[in-house]
Amino acid sequence: MYTEKVMDHFQHPRNVGEIENASGVGTVGNAKCGDIMRIYLDIDENQMIRDVKFKTFGCGAAVATSSMATELVKGKSVYDALQVTNKAVMEALDGLPPVKVHCSLLAEEAIHAALWDYAEKHGIKIEGLEKPKSDIHEGEEEEEEEY
Amino acid sequence: MKKLIYLDNAATTKTAPEVVDAMLPYFTEKFGNPSSVYSFASGNKEVISGQRDIIAGVLGAKSNEIYFTAGGSESDNWALKAAAEAYADKGNHIITTKIEHHAILHTAEYLEKRGFEVTYLNVDEDGKISLDELKSAIRPTTILISVMFANNEIGTIQPVREIGEIACEHGILFHTDAVQAFGQVPINVDECHIDMLSASGHKLNGPKGIGFLYIRKGVKIRSFVHGGAQERKRRAGTENVPGIVGLGAAVKRAASTMEERMEKESRLRDYLIGRVTQEIPYCRLNGHKTDRLPNNANFSFRFVEGESLLIMLDGKGICASSGSACTSGSLDPSHVLLAIGLPHEIAHGSLRLTLGGETTKEEIDYVVDSLKEIVATLRNMSPLYEDFLKKGKE
Ligand SMILES: Cc1ncc(COP(=O)(O)O)c(C=O)c1O
Ligand code: FES
Repeated sequence: MYTEKVMDHFQHPRNVGEIENASGVGTVGNAKCGDIMRIYLDIDENQMIRDVKFKTFGCGAAVATSSMATELVKGKSVYDALQVTNKAVMEALDGLPPVKVHCSLLAEEAIHAALWDYAEKHGIKIEGLEKPKSDIHEGEEEEEEEY
Repeated sequence: MKKLIYLDNAATTKTAPEVVDAMLPYFTEKFGNPSSVYSFASGNKEVISGQRDIIAGVLGAKSNEIYFTAGGSESDNWALKAAAEAYADKGNHIITTKIEHHAILHTAEYLEKRGFEVTYLNVDEDGKISLDELKSAIRPTTILISVMFANNEIGTIQPVREIGEIACEHGILFHTDAVQAFGQVPINVDECHIDMLSASGHKLNGPKGIGFLYIRKGVKIRSFVHGGAQERKRRAGTENVPGIVGLGAAVKRAASTMEERMEKESRLRDYLIGRVTQEIPYCRLNGHKTDRLPNNANFSFRFVEGESLLIMLDGKGICASSGSACTSGSLDPSHVLLAIGLPHEIAHGSLRLTLGGETTKEEIDYVVDSLKEIVATLRNMSPLYEDFLKKGKE
């Protein structure tokens, strides 16, 4: 059901862990299935992401997207990190099954939440960053009528 | 390749070699239509009756009370829909439980949309219904009680005999979904006052896509498939002869090995439960401690998500299943685990291991050792575990 890249990132997740005194921490939960993701960012004075760690309680896709998302933002400026969307993460993983697309939103939101926390703590405004919701709601899929 | 350790026998079982052997001639040599006149084919009619006799014998029923179907889901659909329709003049109320298989629950919802009223009984933390709640749910308009014999997820066995007695006293039909229980534990339809019973071949080392519905003589029930005269005109269609032969062989095999299997499997199950609950912290057993299927163990591991657990077990060659929201496709955790009162988060970390006749102690030891390692790895990357540890330190 998962691509080789997803399996690789699930079985050997990169950047698992915590950062003490992180510049920004973001925790988000997925309203849909109750999974939780937390991202820690270590950001230097030039607003570059020096280090990133994550912890995730969720399915294989949630773990793999967290891992890939941390890889994609590491070493980037906070502005470039904002451009890492769930679509980009999914593409980097060679795709996800349709029922698992919502899990990749968790990674995007967690990064945004961590950036928001960083911006708030340091009294800066990151252009284009909106206050993250604590819960992610997708548009409800329409159910086929049963007969 | 690593040896496969199959601990998902509640999902389906391996078709026993002797069952396959019994079936094979009915594909290529004895392929005739049992309704044909010539002797080459009509012999298959007797073959089918023979299988009906075997099944009836095991249940303490009569042969003409066994109707072959395409499996458990069809039997459940038939029992509910046809009984509702046939007894609609008597009433429109049906009683079932919150922990039934979807073949029952979705059929009940379908009937609700068509004007029937359905009471879904609660279960306690072990997964048992309350007989008092059942009694007080009965109305003058109640026409059917459908309670599963044993649950497919947590293995809990219901007080079926007592339920049957209550139904009988009130003159209400009693159906039981025995798909998980038939062939695993002894069942006698008269002792338990069962009027209808669903069973499926592939859960007892028989083939998939074949099962039966037992319907007690005298129960008014409508035809489910209209057409030819097969199954006393109640379920038309040329019989699945190889499937029926396979089902008969599987039932015969299950009945003759039942006592020995029950003893062996429950011993291994208790060994598994003992090791897991003693050696893995923050873990609970789901389902009743003793009134449970001999082959079922179901655990919840806190701070861990079930799908991740399954993929990691798969990496070690172990097949299992989970009631986690992430595995459900619907993204809700198992309705059974919620009904026994587990919070979403704990239902998320559930794992079902169901043993088979070939499971060994060595396999169980390997599984427990692997589980310990996997649960620790997943907890290490769990934000919930991190919070839990920090809270503990404060
Ligand atoms: C309790 C129960 N009822 C019904 C079914 C459906 O049986 P089948 O797969 O033969 O349609 C199952 C199988 O998963 C089951 O466990
Ligand atoms: S995190 Fe639950 S389905 Fe992916």
